[in-house]
Amino acid sequence: MLILNCPYCGVDAEETELAAGGEAHLKRFGPGSSDDDFHDYLFMRENPKGVHLERWRHANGCGKWFHAARCTNTLEVFGTYSAQVSEPPQEIKDAITAKRPGWTWREFE
Amino acid sequence: MSEPISALNHASYDGIAKVTECGLQGMITLRGDLSDKVLAKAVKVATGQKIPGQREAFVNGDTGVCWMSPDELLVLVPYAEVNTKLAAMTEALGSTHSLAVNVSDARAVFSISGANAREVLGKLAPVELSAEAFQPGQIRRSRLAQVAGAFWMDDAETFRVVCFRSAADYVFKLLKVAAQPGSEVGVY
Repeated sequence: MLILNCPYCGVDAEETELAAGGEAHLKRFGPGSSDDDFHDYLFMRENPKGVHLERWRHANGCGKWFHAARCTNTLEVFGTYSAQVSEPPQEIKDAITAKRPGWTWREFE
Repeated sequence: MSEPISALNHASYDGIAKVTECGLQGMITLRGDLSDKVLAKAVKVATGQKIPGQREAFVNGDTGVCWMSPDELLVLVPYAEVNTKLAAMTEALGSTHSLAVNVSDARAVFSISGANAREVLGKLAPVELSAEAFQPGQIRRSRLAQVAGAFWMDDAETFRVVCFRSAADYVFKLLKVAAQPGSEVGVY
């Protein structure tokens, strides 16, 4: 059972209270972009064994979206953070580095 | 004018705790910037309460205000006064970017009272309900089995549960099963 701390209402919400929202920090390639970029934006997703950044929504709760950093291998949660960012904040990166030195995820490390 | 009645018209059940449908409750959803002074004044006008902090509920009987999310409050007023209170709030809010809507008839309210009230609700919601973790003055939005619900405590042995009116029958049945005689778990 995955338990994530909602950064908006501060509760430790368990998985059944949350809705998964897929991969975090997608960059949109819309009108005017190349077909390859648009294809990658639509279809290409990370599927790592290890560190992963995801979007979640506290659906049965405050209803807010937030980001979570966790390990898909061990279900360990490194931290949750605001949805209003385009990359993980430094303290989340530090928390992941402390547990998984040398981690990379897309362009972040 | 037809007489408004609540979803289950005061149905009640006695088991390890007493479950009652509370009848009509005036509710106003207020969305906006909770740090705004104008918003605080509107809440004061309607309920006499200040703006609650994260997960706080200042409720006295059928009047009060609950924190729902970082930009949403639930304002509770007596059902008969909801239109006048809403008008007063709308006037107090003026041109401030906000939204106040009467949602009274979209909701159902239950009370769970008795020494085993925590047990009954603890079976239905994935929430830590021990006396150390959950106290009067707090509100928690969560789920009750398969539907959304919110609850707070009137006193140490009484919960007030809010759900959508369309799910009222389902929630009442859930609470009845959870309150069956002899079904105490003894965790709390």
